Amino acid sequence: MAKKEGLIVIDRELCKGCYLCIAACPNKLIIISDELNQMGYYPAEYTEADSRTGDRVCNGCATCALVCPDLAIEVYRE
Amino acid sequence: MAKKIFQRPKYLKKAVFHYCPGCGHSILHRLVAEVLEELDIGERTIGIPPAGCAVLAYNYFDVDMGEAPHGRGAAVATGVKRTLPDRIVFSYQGDGDIAAIGTAETIHAANRGENITVIFVNNGCYGMTGGQMAPTTLIGQNSTTTPGGRDVKRDAAPIDLSEMLAIARGSVYIERTAISSPKNIRRTKRALTKAFKTQMAGLGFSLIEVLSPCPVNWKMSPVDAAKWIDDTMTQTFPLKVIKDEVGKLD
Ligand code: SF4
Ligand code: SF4
Ligand code: SF4
Repeated sequence: MAKKEGLIVIDRELCKGCYLCIAACPNKLIIISDELNQMGYYPAEYTEADSRTGDRVCNGCATCALVCPDLAIEVYRE
Repeated sequence: MAKKIFQRPKYLKKAVFHYCPGCGHSILHRLVAEVLEELDIGERTIGIPPAGCAVLAYNYFDVDMGEAPHGRGAAVATGVKRTLPDRIVFSYQGDGDIAAIGTAETIHAANRGENITVIFVNNGCYGMTGGQMAPTTLIGQNSTTTPGGRDVKRDAAPIDLSEMLAIARGSVYIERTAISSPKNIRRTKRALTKAFKTQMAGLGFSLIEVLSPCPVNWKMSPVDAAKWIDDTMTQTFPLKVIKDEVGKLD
């Protein structure tokens, strides 16, 4: 069982839907929301890591935040 | 307890960028702000924005900011730096700004060896005015003024401004990087750090050219635009240290 080491918070109102974070996340933890934000974009949405199976666990690598142009992502690490 | 390891840097105001989705300016602004914070020079830095998409950069950087007429960033930065030599002065200029209307000012500032840092954002077009051909537009690249692609005979070849500036006797550090992948973003930040350290050490003119996506005018998704930089743009503008008379700095 892999330990959940990281966590991200996406501010959906800052997100402009460029989806660079989706392409960059090595663990495929980010998806496109199906609800528009106030600016009219479909923002990125973080899906909780599956720590039970050890699959798709956020390791807090911050690659998503590194490529995010709009500073919509904050990263936390244990 | 979870610790926050990535957040908005201190010298970037909490304002929503007016830049388009996936624009390289946004990432580059953040990198500059991070470097100013890490080197602890934000309180004595003065930035000079250009005409172009980044004209409103003073709305985002939380440091002292001026503004230059189109292309004159290096000339304005020269004046500021000579008047206030203890300040860290950078100009931030797009390719239309620095490589067309501002060519003369830039070359002479480099040749005089002004102790300033120039950040040159190369996105291969005039972004703000809607994607016209810039001096840096690639051969064959579509723009609103080169439909069907830039033609060497008709429109000339792209200009290698950074290489030209490397010939200038007063320049000491020139590097070309890109905002196209996590690796290249980190490399850009390292280059910016070295450029500002060059100025802090009083060594002379430094310039970082950054290949930067303009997805809207390139008519690509941000992900495809990043890939296009790596696959195509770097063929004409290879990523490298073009001049380094500085060596290692602490
Ligand atoms: S921190 Fe790393 S693993 Fe976690 S969501 Fe971001 S890119 Fe994915
Ligand atoms: S990189 Fe940032 S702005 Fe782009 S989709 Fe992800 S969270 Fe939104
Ligand atoms: S036009 Fe291009 S350079 Fe200007 S803000 Fe939009 S994406 Fe960025």
